Amino acid sequence: MSGKTILQKLAVLADAAKYDASCASSGTVKRDSTASKGIGSTEGMGICHSYAPDGRCISLLKILLTNFCVYDCRFCINRASSNVERARFSPQEVVTLTLDFYKRNYIEGLFLSSGIIRSEDYTMEQLVEVARILREEHRFQGYIHLKTIAGADPALVALAGLYADRLSTNVELPTEAGLESFAPEKKPATIRKTMASVRVGAEDAMEAAKGRLIGKAKPPRFAPAGQSTQMIVGADAARDDDILATADNLYSGYHLRRVYYSAYSPIPDASSALPPVRPPLMREHRLYQADWLLRFYGFARSEIMEGASGGMLDLSIDPKLAWALMKRDIFPVDINRAPRELLLRVPGLGTRAVDRIVAVRRTGKLRLGDLAKLTASVRKVLPFIVTPDWRPGKLTDSADLRARFAPPAEQLTLAL
Amino acid sequence: MREVVLERPGDFAEWRGVARGLLASNIAPEDVSWRGASEGASLFGDDVPSLEGEAVTLPRELLAMADRVICHRGAEVPARLYRLVWRAARERQLLARTTDADVDWLRKTDKAIRRDIHKMHAFVRFRRLGEEAGRESFAAWFEPDHRILRLTAPFFRRRFYGMDWAIVTPDARAIWEDEELNYGPGGTRDEVPDSDVVEDQWRTYYGAIFNPARVKIDAMRAEMPKKYWHNLPEAQDIALLLAGAGARVERMREAAVSAANPRTEKWRTRMPDELALDDDGKTLAGLAKAVGRCTRCPLYCNATQAVVGEGPAAARIMVVGEQPGDQEDLQGRPFVGPAGQVLDAALDEAGLDRRRLFLTNAVKHFKFEPRGKRRLHQNPTSAEIDICRWWLDKERALVQPELIVTLGASALRGVTGRSASIKSMRGQVHELAGGAKLIATIHPSFLVRLPDRDRAAEERGAFVADLARARKLAA
Repeated sequence: MSGKTILQKLAVLADAAKYDASCASSGTVKRDSTASKGIGSTEGMGICHSYAPDGRCISLLKILLTNFCVYDCRFCINRASSNVERARFSPQEVVTLTLDFYKRNYIEGLFLSSGIIRSEDYTMEQLVEVARILREEHRFQGYIHLKTIAGADPALVALAGLYADRLSTNVELPTEAGLESFAPEKKPATIRKTMASVRVGAEDAMEAAKGRLIGKAKPPRFAPAGQSTQMIVGADAARDDDILATADNLYSGYHLRRVYYSAYSPIPDASSALPPVRPPLMREHRLYQADWLLRFYGFARSEIMEGASGGMLDLSIDPKLAWALMKRDIFPVDINRAPRELLLRVPGLGTRAVDRIVAVRRTGKLRLGDLAKLTASVRKVLPFIVTPDWRPGKLTDSADLRARFAPPAEQLTLAL
Repeated sequence: MREVVLERPGDFAEWRGVARGLLASNIAPEDVSWRGASEGASLFGDDVPSLEGEAVTLPRELLAMADRVICHRGAEVPARLYRLVWRAARERQLLARTTDADVDWLRKTDKAIRRDIHKMHAFVRFRRLGEEAGRESFAAWFEPDHRILRLTAPFFRRRFYGMDWAIVTPDARAIWEDEELNYGPGGTRDEVPDSDVVEDQWRTYYGAIFNPARVKIDAMRAEMPKKYWHNLPEAQDIALLLAGAGARVERMREAAVSAANPRTEKWRTRMPDELALDDDGKTLAGLAKAVGRCTRCPLYCNATQAVVGEGPAAARIMVVGEQPGDQEDLQGRPFVGPAGQVLDAALDEAGLDRRRLFLTNAVKHFKFEPRGKRRLHQNPTSAEIDICRWWLDKERALVQPELIVTLGASALRGVTGRSASIKSMRGQVHELAGGAKLIATIHPSFLVRLPDRDRAAEERGAFVADLARARKLAA
């Protein structure tokens, strides 16, 4: 191993970790250091301690234990055949860095991933060891997100779930074919099996908690912030429909908290199989919007795709608006009478605005002026709603409705 | 007009005491003038009425919001809050009327305070002072928009219980020392060290985690406004990172594809190859491996794993179901879900020992339709059953049962190769080519779904009777 300083290793191993989009520190149980007299707390809501100039939140120390890797996934900066500089932290070095950063209030905790060295089991053991030292030797109560190495022994995954708040296994590419050609060593079935063992671990822990005797100590929670995954967008030929279909399957099968969509962005020493393109940020954004429609707005994937063409979401308008424009016979809806499920389908109304409308209309009729206090996007809502003092008339069915919302064509190329 | 002077701006207890007195004395908001102590009003103001009359009950949510909103620096805040409590005491459900001007103001102001609190939790940066008897101490300088130190200090206590720390702001300071939290007067930036040894590492991390190919400055500034930058060590590098971003991306784009890393092969010590076709169906274990690689129909794409039969190779009875369900798919074993539990109970009652049976399915992969957080079972098509018979036949050949019990129509087709109604087959013993006997009965999931209790009991009785007949036949 080369004699790199901590600073040099940090530069290499953080650079190698930045292609993982997740930096979330939310959704875990509430804990603090009052009882342990150590350090660390989680408050349910995550905290972004900083923002990089790419607009992304920095909540966790997101690093790899090592970027040596025996796999040769074409899209990955750390693939075996890449000439990128290599480094490796010892578990103790990661522990020290995490605590040093944490005590200065730079971070909420650690997100630790790794290239595959020696074997899946060995790599997973190393990750678990870092979490164990933090939790057991330093009574660290902050957030820990561990990557589960697909194919690692389920017993190691079970152990990881006891220390970590969140576990994640990246599927990276949404289709079997994509994964086969871009990531020959990764097997989709192995990834799904690992995700299944995380769900089973969580369900077993819940069963154990139910069955415990009154007065006995609570059994430890298993990865209370659940599991997540990531798919790369734009590296292979997968369409948005394929991506959302995979997301839908993963949400239903393994109860993922989140699927992250990561626009493929150029990496140093890229493989010739990948065109060096500008990251498709707008596509990534539309996929997140569609994902939200799936999870919080009662949309089925087939409905979202009604507003798409050729399996690709409309880049210039959001997927809910695209759907509503195809379904104009449903609109306009009466804000004062429509059921919640229907209000959720109105373009421009988010879940929070809908909740507020439903609460406030119990105290009296809502007029257009009131709506402005409940949502910021009145202009967008107008063609789709009725209030005592507003009817959209012909607006709902007008041919140029799409043009009202779609940005002028040339702006599309300014994705940055 | 009554004049009230608040001595301690942002102090909720003081405001609440005054407001309670005014409320109890029935003094309308338009008859009160609120002043800060420094605003040169009459020196002490008028006497605050003492508490008299009945205590007024207010919504807890309103008090919680007032506790935060009183920290706002706006001069109108104490008066507006008083108007709100005055109205809330008279109008039920006032807070639910989010379109009311006062309520709207309250919610917006509260949101501003909560954001200020959240940003303070996020952007305080401690610098190390030293260490004594194994306990480290740190200090931070911070400038919140509003007087929120007392609202944020408990968070830092919960989080940093095991170290000593001080946070100094222009208005006040909070000190956590020897497990005790105290407040003191405001201070200045130079009371706190101007650097920390770890800041180099932090800035290195900040630079390395930034992706130069996706610059989005507006998104950064929306969440981390410039007013905070001068107290954030990492923010000193933003200009430099942005200036170099374009060139870094260009270099990545222009770099010719280099030859593969010469050490690649050395690292890639081949892992045991699961794909090796060592044993294609000569034993049950070999068969399980082979089914795991099956791509004969597209069902493998979404299922977790192929679920093969389970039981002794010498079993005399083989029980065939339709396909794995949600739990079977996760655990990789047949009949472990809700239908499996019904089957287990029925087997028990019929006097059959599950451990001596060979349990399997007509189709080895789970077919489902995702619906939110659940996977809804879908019946396999005849084509899928027929394709999967390849594996069922291999299991039959290895186990060579004397009797096969098919559960449901899919299993019947899987075994016989043709569709028939269970009704027409049930109650008789059929001979299969090759000498084995066949009993056809219902699938236990049918019993799970029956809404009518009497009917369910009846059907269950018939199911148990079928299993009992199987036991006698294979005895």
